[in-house]
Amino acid sequence: MTSVDALSSGPLFGLPLPDLWFALLFFIFGTFLFLDGFDFGVGALFATREDEEIREQFLAAIGPFWDGNEVWLVVFGGVMFAAFPAVYANLFSRHYLLMFAILGGLILRGLAPEMYEQRHDERWQRWWGRSFVAGSVATPFLLGMFTANWLLGATALVTPAGLLAGLTVVALTVVDGVAFLRLKTRGDLRADLRADGHRALVAYLVLVVVTLAALYALAPDLRAAMRSPAVLGLVAATLLLAAGYAVATHRDRYYAAFVAAAGLVFALVAVIAVLLYPSVDPATGLTVEAAIVPTLSLNLMSIGAALLLPLVFAYFAVLYSAFSGPIEAGESY
Amino acid sequence: MVDPVTASRLQFALTTIVHIVFPVVSMGLAPFLVYFTWKDIRTGKPIYEQLRRFWTRIFAVSFVVGTVTGIVLEFEFGTNFAAFATTAGPLFGGPLAVEGMMAFMLEATFLGVFVYGRERVGDALYMVSAVAVGLGTWLSAVWILIANSWMQTPRGFEMVVENGHRVVHLTDPVAAYLNPRFFWMFVHMQNAAVESVALAICGLSAYFVFRHHVWDRPVEHAEFWETTLKIGLVALLITAPLQVIHGDMYARHVYETQPQKFAAMEAVWETDSYVPEYIVAVPTSVENLVDPRAKEIFGIGIPGGASWLASGGNPQATIRGLEEFEGPQPPVAIVFWAFRMMVALGFWFVLLAFWGGYRWYRGELLEDDLLHKALMASAPLGVFAVEVGWIVTEVGRQPWIIQGVMKTSAGVSPGLTGAEATATLVGFAGLYLGLLALYGYVVTRIVRAGPPDGADLRATDRTESSTGATADD
Repeated sequence: MTSVDALSSGPLFGLPLPDLWFALLFFIFGTFLFLDGFDFGVGALFATREDEEIREQFLAAIGPFWDGNEVWLVVFGGVMFAAFPAVYANLFSRHYLLMFAILGGLILRGLAPEMYEQRHDERWQRWWGRSFVAGSVATPFLLGMFTANWLLGATALVTPAGLLAGLTVVALTVVDGVAFLRLKTRGDLRADLRADGHRALVAYLVLVVVTLAALYALAPDLRAAMRSPAVLGLVAATLLLAAGYAVATHRDRYYAAFVAAAGLVFALVAVIAVLLYPSVDPATGLTVEAAIVPTLSLNLMSIGAALLLPLVFAYFAVLYSAFSGPIEAGESY
Repeated sequence: MVDPVTASRLQFALTTIVHIVFPVVSMGLAPFLVYFTWKDIRTGKPIYEQLRRFWTRIFAVSFVVGTVTGIVLEFEFGTNFAAFATTAGPLFGGPLAVEGMMAFMLEATFLGVFVYGRERVGDALYMVSAVAVGLGTWLSAVWILIANSWMQTPRGFEMVVENGHRVVHLTDPVAAYLNPRFFWMFVHMQNAAVESVALAICGLSAYFVFRHHVWDRPVEHAEFWETTLKIGLVALLITAPLQVIHGDMYARHVYETQPQKFAAMEAVWETDSYVPEYIVAVPTSVENLVDPRAKEIFGIGIPGGASWLASGGNPQATIRGLEEFEGPQPPVAIVFWAFRMMVALGFWFVLLAFWGGYRWYRGELLEDDLLHKALMASAPLGVFAVEVGWIVTEVGRQPWIIQGVMKTSAGVSPGLTGAEATATLVGFAGLYLGLLALYGYVVTRIVRAGPPDGADLRATDRTESSTGATADD
């Protein structure tokens, strides 16, 4: 029992584990929003292309990846449950209908590409193509609504800030999706996508500014935090990253644009985390310190995460390197 | 409108019942896929490539539907059972988080390589990806069952009042996470998954063998289906007897640790020794079917049989009756009948395995039309046995969400309204039944299309699909 006593007596190595888990939670959320974000963006762009060959390329681009990307959402849910169970319970039950709407969107988005490939007749593919678009647009929109409601401690299903945040996240996933598709395509399609990227970027910047302004106006409690150096720094970083994305896209620096898109996603998620902290759930007033699980559970999870997360990154490295570069013929099972 | 407690319970039951089909297929197919991949790489024979690609298609579709239905389950702990999540979270959330990081990540990422990567990666990495996918499916079961077994036989914790809520604090991780029930659950579930898939494989291939050999109809890929039948039969011969053996030990463990559930399984109301094992038991009236306090039962039983099973050989052993337990009881009729169906099916599968094995030994496997029909009829029964087995496990634990610690009714989200819960119940009932129908339709199409022909094994890869299409139109 001595090892259990040691693990129960205090945080491992005296680390600020509650804050680290808060940071990890948002890091996982950001990773999900970046990785599955480009899948959503590809789904939204799917609506803008009628040509069957191009549509097949869009689906092939995300084929090997989307499942792994979506697991980050499962891990996000699991980590919130494991580290902040009271927040997980309060937040998810409070946004009951929104959560089920998100799940419905994810089901449509997840099924559609697999089903689309099962039959090659027009009606079937039109139906699943629409499902793919609907699921890919609705899910990030609803996630944006959920995040804004979380941040504001709102209990209503639909709030003005929620709607704005939803549109912002949709625009961000399109920026992300373009960056990804430009890695995976060639020729005219790749060139055409440049314009989509610029348009989506402008839309995102306008929406993110409007959303932040709306938050400033609607939530007096957040004003001081919004003027903090951390948030101002992240806004400045967003502008720099957007400029980097635009230049990289213009110059066909595909990987640089992709990295800039990742930066934009993580900057937005970081703004949310900074605005929340030290609270994890403004509606109930639960702070990180109050909501974190007891020491023994926390220490065990920390050991688990320290061992497993590097492995997870190794899996993703294998997957993304196996399928690096533009899509080629011969990727079937 | 349904009240939030009932609606949440129905919704969780429904989503679980539908979801479990897909993990069973994934876990059960995994060892077959590893074997086919290994043989494909080692021998280069087209038959193994056909086997690998055919079953990979079914695996991939099952995995997708399993993923989308499974995420809902994880979130339902927060949406519908928030009081349970708050109370049990500090102990129960950990295994779910680790399941995501350790198992689901492994499975989902390497599935990308396995499904799309045959032309992209070398043989060694391809083999690694097959093993990783299989290991991921099995590790998922480990962590989910660690969490579930703790709900059945909770230990290694203390109850503390925190912010006005009763909260579980972990005190002994080994006792909590490696509690003895976990072992029996895992062995029984894992073996059940492989057995279920073996039955489905046998049934499916028996259909084509039957058409070919008995009806003498033209069947494409006759040899493919004959080989498949034999592989399925080998797996069934291994798994079916094991399932009965550890099923018996598992039931004994339930008797020792969850006497209320055991009493419900056997429908024993009054504490007694020398309790018969009922093969059939019929309540004397329809009301008694749903009244857990009903005693009058007409039945055919083996004298002392239940006592003998509970104690591992002593027909005089005492079984505590349901009347000894205060408060509400599990719905006895459901648990009793589900348990009987599971046990009967378990023995039927053993018989089927030996019958097939004997015919094969005699060289009559391809001609025995009665065997083929029995295998075809039994194809979905493995999954059905898993369903009723889980009903015994989960319904038999009621009224407890955590056995002896927290009632299910106390675990439901406090703020949830009947309208919300009913809306999602109806919506997701429709959606999940639609998903099952869609899955059945797609799998049927894959089977109709059959395995890829030797000639197009290479050709289709190059021309037809840059997309991962299954290319059957």
